[in-house]
Amino acid sequence: MRFGWSEDQLAFRDAARDLLSKECGPDVVRTAWEGAPDPKPWSSLEAMGVLSVLVPEADGGLGLDETFLVPVLEEAGRAALPQPITDTAMVAASLGVTGSVVVTDLGGPIVGSADTADGFLLAVDGGVALFDADQVEREPVTTVDRSRHAARIRATGPGRTVTDDASEVAAARDRGALGTAAELVGLADQMLAITVDYVGERQQFGKPIGSFQAVKHHLANARVAIEFAGPAVARAAWSIAEGADTASRDASMAKYLANEAAAESAKVALQCHGAIGYTVECDLHLYLKRSWALRRLWGDSDHHVDRVAGVLFE
Amino acid sequence: MDLNWTAEQDANRAEARQWLELNLAEWRSEIGEQLSGDTADGVAQQMLWEQRLFDGGWSVVSWPTEYGGRGGSLWEWLIFEAEYWRAGAPQRVTQNGIQILSPSVFEFGTPEQKDHLLPRMASAEDLWCQGWSEPNSGSDLASVSSRARRVDGGWILDGQKTWTTRGAFCTHLFGLFRTDPESSRHRGLTYLLVPLDTPGVTVRGFGRLDGDEGFAEVFFDEAFLADDAVVGGVVLGEVDQAWSVVVAAAGTERGLLRPPGRYLATSAELIRLIASVDGDRSLRRRAAIAWMKAEAFDLQTLRVITSLLDGGDLGSESSLSKIWWSELDIELHAIAMDALGAAAEIDDEWSKGWQFALSGPIYAGTNEIQRNIVAERVLGLPR
Repeated sequence: MRFGWSEDQLAFRDAARDLLSKECGPDVVRTAWEGAPDPKPWSSLEAMGVLSVLVPEADGGLGLDETFLVPVLEEAGRAALPQPITDTAMVAASLGVTGSVVVTDLGGPIVGSADTADGFLLAVDGGVALFDADQVEREPVTTVDRSRHAARIRATGPGRTVTDDASEVAAARDRGALGTAAELVGLADQMLAITVDYVGERQQFGKPIGSFQAVKHHLANARVAIEFAGPAVARAAWSIAEGADTASRDASMAKYLANEAAAESAKVALQCHGAIGYTVECDLHLYLKRSWALRRLWGDSDHHVDRVAGVLFE
Repeated sequence: MDLNWTAEQDANRAEARQWLELNLAEWRSEIGEQLSGDTADGVAQQMLWEQRLFDGGWSVVSWPTEYGGRGGSLWEWLIFEAEYWRAGAPQRVTQNGIQILSPSVFEFGTPEQKDHLLPRMASAEDLWCQGWSEPNSGSDLASVSSRARRVDGGWILDGQKTWTTRGAFCTHLFGLFRTDPESSRHRGLTYLLVPLDTPGVTVRGFGRLDGDEGFAEVFFDEAFLADDAVVGGVVLGEVDQAWSVVVAAAGTERGLLRPPGRYLATSAELIRLIASVDGDRSLRRRAAIAWMKAEAFDLQTLRVITSLLDGGDLGSESSLSKIWWSELDIELHAIAMDALGAAAEIDDEWSKGWQFALSGPIYAGTNEIQRNIVAERVLGLPR
């Protein structure tokens, strides 16, 4: 028994964190609100091997498992990386699909990064097929988080069958839920960190508002939620990597607790920023809106609670 | 990351499970109807159970064998606790000594104090209660005003402690007394070990919310506590330095006092209850959520123990656990009350558990205090 990331996993994560803090600050996320996202952080992650963690070494990947990828996905969430890292690195890669930007509708009908993706992994009758960019029709939608560049996707060409095995599709959905859960834990932590900094500086009644108990208790609640979501995400990564019998249940538990941690953190972050946070000028909204989107992707809280209840009451 | 138990740990678990199954069955047939451990007759039953635990070598799994322990690792402790609660074994009447006092004895006790106090604590020969709270000192522990005045050969104690769990059934009290009359707040307090049969000490039990006599008031009226009233001396740590002893013990009480097995066991019972009353989708969802929170507490504990074994310390993060398990316990029992419907008002195990759960956010530092600690010491917010 050892519940913690290895030194290698931590080093890999820290390298990603370092890279993203330099190349994917809030200004870079804002760029993606205005137009195409800055390709630099994505290509740096690709060069680092993040996108091919799950790809076998024989195919040019790192040949590692979800316990290496999940800590990095938390960092991608922390940075609100605009590109679809869960779709590409977690879901597509595990199905043997590699490409520079691969997106999928397995997590929901509104697909992010639809305008820049070069591969579309779409649910088809009884399985999943891969379509090139010229084999799909995009119906762009304007999302609250403009950096998502989302669209509804419809296949217009034959595509290539990736799998028609229902259990592989189910496993892909579990990986999507896990990857998104990891991003949400990172986002929750980021929203809390921004708010801790803010309430330490903002003065009212002659002192920092972070010295007031009401504010402290809000932020403590977010910290508690994150404290207990993190281990659930880590356990699900291990269960999926090991092919444990409980992998689906564990992925649902991770997504539920991560959803709730992100919801709590988003709520108290906005409240504790007051009117200053209720603007698009404050960076908080970049993370807030991303968390709203991710909470409903790959199954919302009700969906995952029902899945867990189904196991417990079977 | 390796969440598999080793073959040796699996063997530990099997051994614990087998022992508990056999001994619980024997103990239950020995005592007849099991009474609350917060009543005099219930404590008498539990002393028989404590004797079994001690004789079987399971009383204090993680203590060194020289003090009556099993010399087990934190993992073995966790495994035993999981099995303990899973088996439905009773709450320990020795727990305040074992979980709150003993860490301080291990860290601050003299060799003579350790040799005397620890084995007697493990064997339940001495039953310890905690003398911290006073009528005017609850969350504000540093404001205690019970006094100990130095005299030839001992101390004269004056004042009152209250909400002392199982005080009416214990033999000894570990308490905080102001020994420097000029001092204020956390300075000038001394950690004293007091036999409750000391002349001038009066214990009056009173009913907790559930009506059991689980609380006591302890009055000190010019009570003379001789220096040798406890073998090895009645002062734990240095005179006037109780605060450092308390702080060192706090992490243990708040963090590891509650093994997750307890909540896993309650959530398993809740799931059985809801299945048995054919609970609807809403109840099943709520139970699933509570189960996930119990699991998450278990996982977080695995993470914390891994970190402790890597040389980390528990620190203020134990406040996070206390908030989580205490609110989870209420949630689990609230769902059970709703599942029971009209039958929830019947005074039975569930309603008793519900009333006990309500104490969780209050004792061992209210959750308001814990949230302050999280905000100030974990998040670094200004005081």
